[in-house]
Amino acid sequence: MRHSQLITESHYKTNVFESPFHSRTKALNKLRMWNRWGDYLSAAAYFDADLEYFACRNACGVFDLSSMVKHRISGRDALEYLNRLVTRDVSKIGHKRVGYTVWCNEQGQVIDDGTIFHLSEGDYRLCSQEHHIDWLLTNAFGLEVEVHEDTHDVAALALQGPTSCATLKTMGLTGIENLKPFGIEYFEFEGTELMVSRTGFTGDLGYELWIDHDHAVMLWDRLFEAGELHGIKPFGEQALQHLRIEAGFIQAKHDFMPAHQTVRATHTRSPFELGLEWLVHFQKPVFNGRQALLEEKQRGSRYQCVRLDIEGNKPAKDAYIYKGKKVIGAVTSAMWSPSAKASIALASVEARYGKPGEELTAEIYYQRELKWSRVMAGAVVIKDAFYDPPRKRMTPAPDF
Amino acid sequence: MTDKNTVVIIGAGHNGLSCAAYLAKAGRKVMVLEANEQVGGMAVTREFAPGFRVSPVAHLLNMLDQNISNELKLDAHGLKMARKDMGTIALAESGRHLRFSGDQVIGEGVSGEDRQAMVEYHRFMKRFAAVIGGLHNRVPPRIRTSNTDDILGLAKTAWSIRRLGTADMREFLRITGINIYDVLKENFEHPMIQGALSLDGVLGSFLGPRSNNSVFCALHRWSGGGGIGQAVGGMGAVSQAIANAAGSHGAEIRTSSRVSQILVANGRAEGVELDTGEKIMAATVISNADPKTTFFKLLGARHIEAGLVRKIHNFRQGGNASKLHLALAGIPEFTGLDKDQAGDRLVIAPDIEYVERAFNHAKYGEYSAEPVAEITIPSLNDDSLAPDGRHVLSVVVQYTPYQLKAGWPGSKQVFVDKCIDLIARYAPGIREQVLHAELLTPVDIEREFHVSGGHWHHGELALDQFLMMRPVPGMAQYHTPVDGLYLCGAGSHPGGGVMGSAGRNAARALLAGGQRRST
Repeated sequence: MRHSQLITESHYKTNVFESPFHSRTKALNKLRMWNRWGDYLSAAAYFDADLEYFACRNACGVFDLSSMVKHRISGRDALEYLNRLVTRDVSKIGHKRVGYTVWCNEQGQVIDDGTIFHLSEGDYRLCSQEHHIDWLLTNAFGLEVEVHEDTHDVAALALQGPTSCATLKTMGLTGIENLKPFGIEYFEFEGTELMVSRTGFTGDLGYELWIDHDHAVMLWDRLFEAGELHGIKPFGEQALQHLRIEAGFIQAKHDFMPAHQTVRATHTRSPFELGLEWLVHFQKPVFNGRQALLEEKQRGSRYQCVRLDIEGNKPAKDAYIYKGKKVIGAVTSAMWSPSAKASIALASVEARYGKPGEELTAEIYYQRELKWSRVMAGAVVIKDAFYDPPRKRMTPAPDF
Repeated sequence: MTDKNTVVIIGAGHNGLSCAAYLAKAGRKVMVLEANEQVGGMAVTREFAPGFRVSPVAHLLNMLDQNISNELKLDAHGLKMARKDMGTIALAESGRHLRFSGDQVIGEGVSGEDRQAMVEYHRFMKRFAAVIGGLHNRVPPRIRTSNTDDILGLAKTAWSIRRLGTADMREFLRITGINIYDVLKENFEHPMIQGALSLDGVLGSFLGPRSNNSVFCALHRWSGGGGIGQAVGGMGAVSQAIANAAGSHGAEIRTSSRVSQILVANGRAEGVELDTGEKIMAATVISNADPKTTFFKLLGARHIEAGLVRKIHNFRQGGNASKLHLALAGIPEFTGLDKDQAGDRLVIAPDIEYVERAFNHAKYGEYSAEPVAEITIPSLNDDSLAPDGRHVLSVVVQYTPYQLKAGWPGSKQVFVDKCIDLIARYAPGIREQVLHAELLTPVDIEREFHVSGGHWHHGELALDQFLMMRPVPGMAQYHTPVDGLYLCGAGSHPGGGVMGSAGRNAARALLAGGQRRST
């Protein structure tokens, strides 16, 4: 029996599911800090969010990805289906390759972003933060394709950081160093198949490990055993936030609202408005939002997503962004970046502002012992990610 | 390279033909492909028993666009009327019928107030219907637009309502969206008047008198302007006249040529393929088929965006009206009805609650225990339809949902008997006169005329499926998101009824250059 069936049958007994790794994550969660992500409990932090962050940047960290919503898409028309669903040309995502993409509604507004895993000919996995089965089934009408959600059947871990490759080698994944960024490789693991992709959400060298539900705990144990001398640590959502902002990655419900969850049509964003023009392939004759995006391209976008280097050390959380005295946007994600040694932010501003090098102002409110203060800090638009180590791209992956 | 001038039209229904005629007249090289053996689509005349012919779907002509009649010179192309200005008889089992003609209603028990109310009802319905009718011959304006024509179109629409004057405008806005039950109850006291008039709001639709949109439906029916009539040779003669006009302008019409798919390359329609495998390339493809057939069966959902697929999927086009044809050995004798009145439109809807009860069944996937019926005896007005001395009874019966819970194969004969029993209550000797009976349920109509859901109007006529929202918002200007693919059928504005306006509007939209993208 598939695990998803067991879970469906017991859904009324619990509101939140425990991940397949729960016996292990629970033991390690010294802070007892849990969030809810989709259907699952997800650790906010295990022992200290800052130390977890540093573990990822300097050694390696493990994040329980099981809550990630996973869809399996297969059948004769799987490629055509995906090509119509997402903005990107999926035919360019080769066998055993992964591609980041967004998908839009008819108005060309982003429903969500995620990754497409090309598992084998005509067989794909689509991963996203939010649930989309209704929309995905709507898209299947008239095509020979089978779509189902297998979130509950697949256990997944992200292993991220400079020593991640070394850890996997120690665990016995021979040749893993040759896996290229966005590549997929399969390994035999305790009588089952372990899928490893060189992907992640931290902007560093890292991998994601995918295995069936029943082998989850075994994988966790073997991984921590192998990683012990490589400084392996678990990390939670708080650390992940810092890691992904440094990498310049946007996230649903932080930097944009999923179009299916907004009440007000103007609160959505198009791919152009999120800086994702490179993911929109108009040479495809049909994909959801194509017509609207073509029009937007002609007419011009309303907003753009910018990376800001802000003066001082006060995290610019939720700050309004000014050009002179005019409010032109707001910060969507912000932090003090220990790696970049800077106060950094992602912000959504009116499209005509925000060229690289442009000087803006962030209106930052912060509290010290319940006393509010406000600072108007200079903010410079920068082009590249705040954190972008060369090892992220190196193949063979370096050994640390 | 395909000639820019070439046009292929899928389906020689009357809209396909009228579109063909206008395009051919404008110099396009037009080929019309019809799956069936004769032209006309649902507007045909065909034999249903040896020597007996009938118009198998719509049997009354009340909405034909006068512009088309005049511009295409349909008279010269053979269209003759057998009857104009037919009255309506509300049948009573007792034989105490009511007769409606223009703004008059006569019959036993009709009060002076009701007679007065009929004059007023007729006045405002005609007036309001003219507002709806005024929209028929226009390409629907787009709402989110800066295009001058669209803004002008919207302004014209608003002006046509404002021009009604304060009192009538208020009344128009009050009643258009509501149900005909309330409106008739407000105006009349005689149950038979209420029953008979309520049919205007529900015939051919998935509506009861108490459903909203039923006033709109009635106005749509009334918007034809002229009276109810019957063409010599039946509906097929109307289509044939339009086909002749199209032919005279050089359009080529091929029957028994069934299109199996619309060919698309790089997001552009480039022709069609027949079920024989023959490919016909053309710069423009126009579909007279209903939206679901066009997009799901001929084009394939994969060629349009999923949001649009969902909208088309939700387009309500499940048929609810069936057609019963009886070949009769003689003139049926309706209790209390003069022979010269039998050629009128006869309705069985003895009171408005009866009609609502008949509809209740349809909501739950059943046919009506006691159906409502619109009866004509076309052979009384046109002797070419039946052998000497014999007659054809043509009946629209409701309610018969497309998706019958019990399934139509096992239910059809039972329902035919039920219908004959019903009619026999008004014409007691009819059972013995029946030589042959044919029932076309929505499922049969779907099969014979290739209309998904078997809906007479290709889809419900309702405010939310009208004007810039027909068939679906964003596609109401006759062009589709697929370059080179247009719609011209009743699934587009202004909808069903033998009007031909959708075809004419589509031709005009195409000739105007087909401004892309609409909202």
